[in-house]
Amino acid sequence: MRPNAPVRGHMAVLHPMRIRSDALPLADRMFNVWTAAALVLALAAVLIAPAFAQDAAPEKRSIIAILLEWTPTLAGGFGFNVLISILSMAIGTILGVGLGVLQVSPIRPIRSVAWLITQFFRNSPWLVLLFYCILLIPFQIEVFGTKIPFPGWIKAVIGLSLPVMAYMSEYIRGAILSIPTGQWESAESLGFSRRQIMTGIILPQTVKRVLPSWMNLYAVLTMATPLVSIIGVSDVMALTRAALSAEGRVDLLIPMYLYILSWFFIYCYPISAVTRLLERKYSVKL
Amino acid sequence: MEFANTLIDWLRPDWFLNLVVISDDYNRGRYLAGLWMTVKLSVLSIFFSLIIGILGAAVQGAPSRALRVLVGAFVAFFRNTPPLVQLYFFYFAIGTVLRITGENGLPQPLVSNFGWAVIALSLFAGALNVEIFRAGVEAVPRSTVEAAEALGYTRLQIYRDIVLPLAIRISLPALGTNLVNLVKTTTLAYAIAVPELLYISAQIWSEDLNVREMMNVLLVSYVGLVAILVWVLHRWEKTLRIPGYGE
Repeated sequence: MRPNAPVRGHMAVLHPMRIRSDALPLADRMFNVWTAAALVLALAAVLIAPAFAQDAAPEKRSIIAILLEWTPTLAGGFGFNVLISILSMAIGTILGVGLGVLQVSPIRPIRSVAWLITQFFRNSPWLVLLFYCILLIPFQIEVFGTKIPFPGWIKAVIGLSLPVMAYMSEYIRGAILSIPTGQWESAESLGFSRRQIMTGIILPQTVKRVLPSWMNLYAVLTMATPLVSIIGVSDVMALTRAALSAEGRVDLLIPMYLYILSWFFIYCYPISAVTRLLERKYSVKL
Repeated sequence: MEFANTLIDWLRPDWFLNLVVISDDYNRGRYLAGLWMTVKLSVLSIFFSLIIGILGAAVQGAPSRALRVLVGAFVAFFRNTPPLVQLYFFYFAIGTVLRITGENGLPQPLVSNFGWAVIALSLFAGALNVEIFRAGVEAVPRSTVEAAEALGYTRLQIYRDIVLPLAIRISLPALGTNLVNLVKTTTLAYAIAVPELLYISAQIWSEDLNVREMMNVLLVSYVGLVAILVWVLHRWEKTLRIPGYGE
């Protein structure tokens, strides 16, 4: 008799429930054709519906026409945001790698100071750091008789690169500590100096571990760039608000803001998608 | 040499002795009011973002595909757009449309700027919390869930009594990072004139022309607030600790 033969008579049996259907693959769950279609439909509905409502008053232009008309201006502003984000990322990364290496320095005071700087900039709000840089950096610095002007947007770049530096420093520290000590020991036994070990052996290995976090940080930074509009740099957000007040139409508000939101979404989504992909790829082999 | 003088002047600590935030009654009152506003903003946003995160993570495990996709879209949208633009969108776009006629017959906003700040910040941080809790839920061993099924728990009971308590323990470190970020993001409320710490400080420094002093006070205040939050989360993590989960 087979062990799982049906029992005669009808015993009450508690059937196991289906708890969850099989989990969707990550990429599928986050963003698939349906989501894309829903987003596009929602956007289209928001854009087109007021346009239909406008039919009664023919002297007004349609929402889409206005958006298209402003698109070149806004694209210029958005390009400026991207430029700010790239510059801040470059400065922040270079400083952050240095600070991260100092955080694992064998000399205790250096280590503590680097730790303190990292924690301070990591835990202060981006906007406050921006204000700090905008208001406290002089508008020009005189070095050896030549005046170097500091326009607002360069100060904003510096202000944004400070938190990036702190985050980067933490990532680098974590990555360096995660490299097996065998790497250090074997390099030492081959007679490398500490500097050579760091630049030639340890740091190249951290690149792979830091890459996903670094890309995520870039996306976060890009999403922080509209902050510069608060402190008077004319980026895409400032231009949008100027465009809105120039048009002076209440029904334009929602489409315009959604339009800008979708610009950022289109720029940032691929970055975070690739980040996920890399995270998954590197998480398998430790 | 001029540069060195500027640097020394910049670092000179005598400003600490005549801080208007300590010495001046009026400014101290305003500063404390701003601090209290920031604390209120942070606590409310943390509370609602946690609720959004827990509900969203529950829905992501639901059998309904439509619901899952909807939550996925919500998370993807709020994660990949700037929080400042979201705040502007809520306050200037939706807030302008959502108006009711007040007692005096004039249109009044339905939700105050403080309300919109709480809503926008909760949604932004909530979307990130959904991801964090989902990762925690997925890390709960399947066998634990199956054991609960075998004991006859319903889906809701399993989520509430078994999966969620374990998932929270697993996701606490990531949650901490996000909540710290949320407290830092409350400064965005400055942009819609919520009288929180940054806004008040900007008022004080434009009236008393003491930018450097107020800036330092401001930075120390925020680092202090974050330190308190980190300490609370750390205590919470310690209290919740059970063998085998988290570190």
